[in-house]
Amino acid sequence: MFNYNNITPPPRVVSDYLDRAAKLFPDKIAFADSKNMLSYSELQRRSKQTAAALISRKLFKQSAAVFLDKSVECIIAFMGAAYSGNFYTVIDTKMPFARVKKIIDTLEPAIIITDHKNFAKAQEFAGRTEILCLEDTENIIIDEALIKSVTENIINLDVLYVLFTSGSTGTPKGVIIGHRSVIDYIEWAAETFNFNETQIFGNQAPFYFDNSVLDIYSTLRNAATMYIIPQSCFAFPVTLLNFIRDKNINTVFFVPTVLCRLANMNIIDKVDISCLKNILFAGEVMPAKQLNIWKKYLPDALYANLYGPTEITVDCTYYIVNREIADDEPVPIGYPCRNSNILILNQNDEEAKINEQGELCVRGTSLAYGYYNNPEKTAEVFVQNPLNKNYRELIYRTGDLVHYNLKGEIIYDGRKDFQVKHSGHRIELGEIETAVSSIKGVEFCCCLHENINDKLVLFYSGNLASNEIRKTLADMLPDYMLPNICEQLDKMPLNLNGKIDRAKLKARLKEF
Amino acid sequence: MEEILKILEEIRPEFDFKASSNFIEDGLLDSFDIVTLVNILEEKYQIKIDGLDIIPENFSSAESIFNLVNKNKN
Amino acid sequence: MNINFINSFEKTVELNFNKIAVTHNAENIAFNELKAKAQALGCLIINKAEGAFNKPVAVLLPKEINAVIADLGILYSANVFMNLDVKTPRERLINILDLIKPSLIITSNKYKDIIENIDIKIILIDEIDFNNININYKELKARLDKIIDTDPMCIINTSGSTGTPKGVVLNHRSFFDFMACSGEKFNFNGTEIIGSLSPIVFDIFDFELCMLMLYGSRLILLDAFLASFPVKLLEALNLNKVNFIFWVPSIMVNIANMKLLEQVKLEYLKLIWFAGEVFPTKQFLYWYDNLFNAKFANLYGPIEITLDCTLYEINSRPPENEPLPIGKPYKNTDVLILNENNKICGAGEEGELCVRGTSLAMGYYNNPEKTLAAFTQNPLNKSYPELIYRTGDIVYTREDGNIMFKGRKDSLIKHMGYRIELCEIEHVIENDLKLVKYCCAVYNYNKKEIVLYYENNNNIISDKDFRIALKSVFPNYMIPNLFIHMEKLPQNTNGKIDRLALKNLAGNI
Repeated sequence: MFNYNNITPPPRVVSDYLDRAAKLFPDKIAFADSKNMLSYSELQRRSKQTAAALISRKLFKQSAAVFLDKSVECIIAFMGAAYSGNFYTVIDTKMPFARVKKIIDTLEPAIIITDHKNFAKAQEFAGRTEILCLEDTENIIIDEALIKSVTENIINLDVLYVLFTSGSTGTPKGVIIGHRSVIDYIEWAAETFNFNETQIFGNQAPFYFDNSVLDIYSTLRNAATMYIIPQSCFAFPVTLLNFIRDKNINTVFFVPTVLCRLANMNIIDKVDISCLKNILFAGEVMPAKQLNIWKKYLPDALYANLYGPTEITVDCTYYIVNREIADDEPVPIGYPCRNSNILILNQNDEEAKINEQGELCVRGTSLAYGYYNNPEKTAEVFVQNPLNKNYRELIYRTGDLVHYNLKGEIIYDGRKDFQVKHSGHRIELGEIETAVSSIKGVEFCCCLHENINDKLVLFYSGNLASNEIRKTLADMLPDYMLPNICEQLDKMPLNLNGKIDRAKLKARLKEF
Repeated sequence: MEEILKILEEIRPEFDFKASSNFIEDGLLDSFDIVTLVNILEEKYQIKIDGLDIIPENFSSAESIFNLVNKNKN
Repeated sequence: MNINFINSFEKTVELNFNKIAVTHNAENIAFNELKAKAQALGCLIINKAEGAFNKPVAVLLPKEINAVIADLGILYSANVFMNLDVKTPRERLINILDLIKPSLIITSNKYKDIIENIDIKIILIDEIDFNNININYKELKARLDKIIDTDPMCIINTSGSTGTPKGVVLNHRSFFDFMACSGEKFNFNGTEIIGSLSPIVFDIFDFELCMLMLYGSRLILLDAFLASFPVKLLEALNLNKVNFIFWVPSIMVNIANMKLLEQVKLEYLKLIWFAGEVFPTKQFLYWYDNLFNAKFANLYGPIEITLDCTLYEINSRPPENEPLPIGKPYKNTDVLILNENNKICGAGEEGELCVRGTSLAMGYYNNPEKTLAAFTQNPLNKSYPELIYRTGDIVYTREDGNIMFKGRKDSLIKHMGYRIELCEIEHVIENDLKLVKYCCAVYNYNKKEIVLYYENNNNIISDKDFRIALKSVFPNYMIPNLFIHMEKLPQNTNGKIDRLALKNLAGNI
């Protein structure tokens, strides 16, 4: 087996990954969706054709909005941008028009990459921006020397992508990430999880969600294969398990909600998915109860809890589950990823001691350059390291509250903005959620604070009556942390990323 | 000889060249000083010092510098 | 993946266990011994500096094997090395130590007097009994694991305009980036035997250390005094079978002027890099014609962008009447030539060379004002924070795409490889020492001399008195070669001293 980990130094730009894989395994399937498959050589050819189209338009260091259905074609567009020294932003074709418009207004893309199917839709928001259809690049004859000369002039700090995340004021913020940060992260993942060309990724995360960066670029780095799991599989969990079995998928990086649902339905053992060896999750809190169900059915798989906001390139801490975790215990977010430095700063901006809560802040190569065309928000969260008075050094303030436990593991406590004052007490909503999740019969839960009448409202799904929950919780939490209202839901609302839609629930608070 | 010592004192006024038995070993002249010294000697005595002669032995004392200058005068 | 140079060094030691790493005259040290001593010193530093992490540690040693051990020891302790010149006058040294406040200073018995009565912890490296130190490997590793690649590796002091040098902070990643791009181009593999001539306070010395740590190249430390005796220097290259040198042109110009390469044939030399100042084409051609088997490269770059940012490989005999280009941007470096309106210059248009990329320094240590002035937002990027370094060097692009060096925006010069702010000399003479009423220092590029013109109510000061006074504040290379009294210094129409007129005058001496 070819061991990439011995190759030093790592590549400078991400297209080097594709070049390497296409040279070693030209005919191997790189990416597949329900309609198409792309071998490495095809992907390389199509990407270079797309790059050529961008180069011929004199686009360099410009932004390309990728407006495509989730498909292997997206990867062609990403790599086309990368080869030509431009950067991409994924715009989901299912996204509401108003949101698309806001993103386009902020980004001011130089070009929109789409296909014939979505062309008309793209025209609605394109304005004067040129639209390029991928199909129209298929006959371009590639000038290898030209593309090489362009790629050579890209530096590793140049931007690779801008991903938009929700902003508190309703306008999405475009997080700017460079080649070097992605390569640093992907090299870490490969070393940590021993990825190689035998990896078969089952991709759940939408491409506008940064978890997909691990799937896509780990595939390219290791000359592995990635299947885009059809959206329908997430509606019908058995089909998801069948898909994993049929495609022999051995590595997934899911949001916990997906894993929880499979655990709650007690169907993990109904299909033989022993092929699954690496189960990574991130994006929200993974309750220990459901994790333990997984461990029971698939004891030999590796489970890793990853943590990190988009602003620090996917993940900055990780925890490979290597001990028993009680159902009511939080799953640690673990330790800093290699080459990430984590500072836990208390209210006085000093480093927190063991068991002392503080805000998790990150320092290093992984930092985004800021928010696109948004200097105010950028200056708010990318700030000078308060521990360094000697030279310029930025940290990113995540707004997440964490602490070190006695084992030296980092434990996630909740959002700084989820920390509420209730009847005079400071309460972590996450702590209540951890307790509720551990109760047998609860599937999903979300606790919110209604601040006009100062009430704690718990939403949950599962087959347990609300008085039962309250009774059980009384043994677990102090009185002041008990929810005032427990609202049972048939189904938890989810957002586009597949996470619990807290905003939607928040809107319901005025009912109480 | 006296002239040579005067030049040396101009270059490194803080040192007592008369008391030193070997300028190089005693660290009285560093590389900047040698360059300056060669320039001054060449200009003052209208000579050209051969690169092969710029070796520590020829700069270790006022006498050796004097001899170097004389050798090139002829 | 490379994160800090000690990780790389440890891999190198495994592959080169008994190979000689550093040679200084008759003294040698092998890779394994260098590692053991550096680890031991690292532990001592941690204890003495009470666990300091990512903090500056100073080295006050001459160029000798102990200086290499000291720098590596500091890196082992997860701190930042700052090399100081033992010939720096005490007052200037105090200025540096006051500004940087290193956790401690590593020196030897011979040099400890220089820092007598200064309030700083000292390690005397020649008193360490290396065999009797308990090395806490676990602690060393745990500390190194916490280092990230954007943590600083070294601080290099460079002339500032007010008498206190600026400490440029350079990180591991910037060095790795330069090394990777160089290694790819020049196929470095550890067979290099480097004739190291630059003082330990230069960035070239740090490059040589990186060659040792990353590739296992061998360093031949050449004493500074050899620079004044070129024949001896060339003989030393042959004696040690040196195949790679990275020198400043001054010494190479001397060798060319003395026509020494015909007398001493350099049999082993295969690769010659030069940087730091302009290499006059006439003297360069002497080298080129006498060493036809060697490769030559002209590099250019200020310390603030970690070693060099442009490269010109000389693959064919350059025309005699044309200056050597500084070449094209180094790989992974973006060079912007900006005109006065902050727009990209067209071909042939003169503008300031600015640099963008991984190579940028973290700034000047404890000097936010100067940092903000030199490291600024890229004026071409309005969408997000992105820094460029403004070099202050005026250049233009030739028709063939090569960049040509034209001059400085300000009064900074390169003299014997050292970077000097001429206004620092003036500032100190006028305001600190109060030697004269007005003065103006200019540089004669042909003769490589600093000339000081001064006005002092007709009180002429002897060269000797000037030198005695200046010795106490300046290193030797900053002391003017000529002092010229004027009744009145020429003024331009704004009533300021006419620097240009004096420069022309100096050129005609």
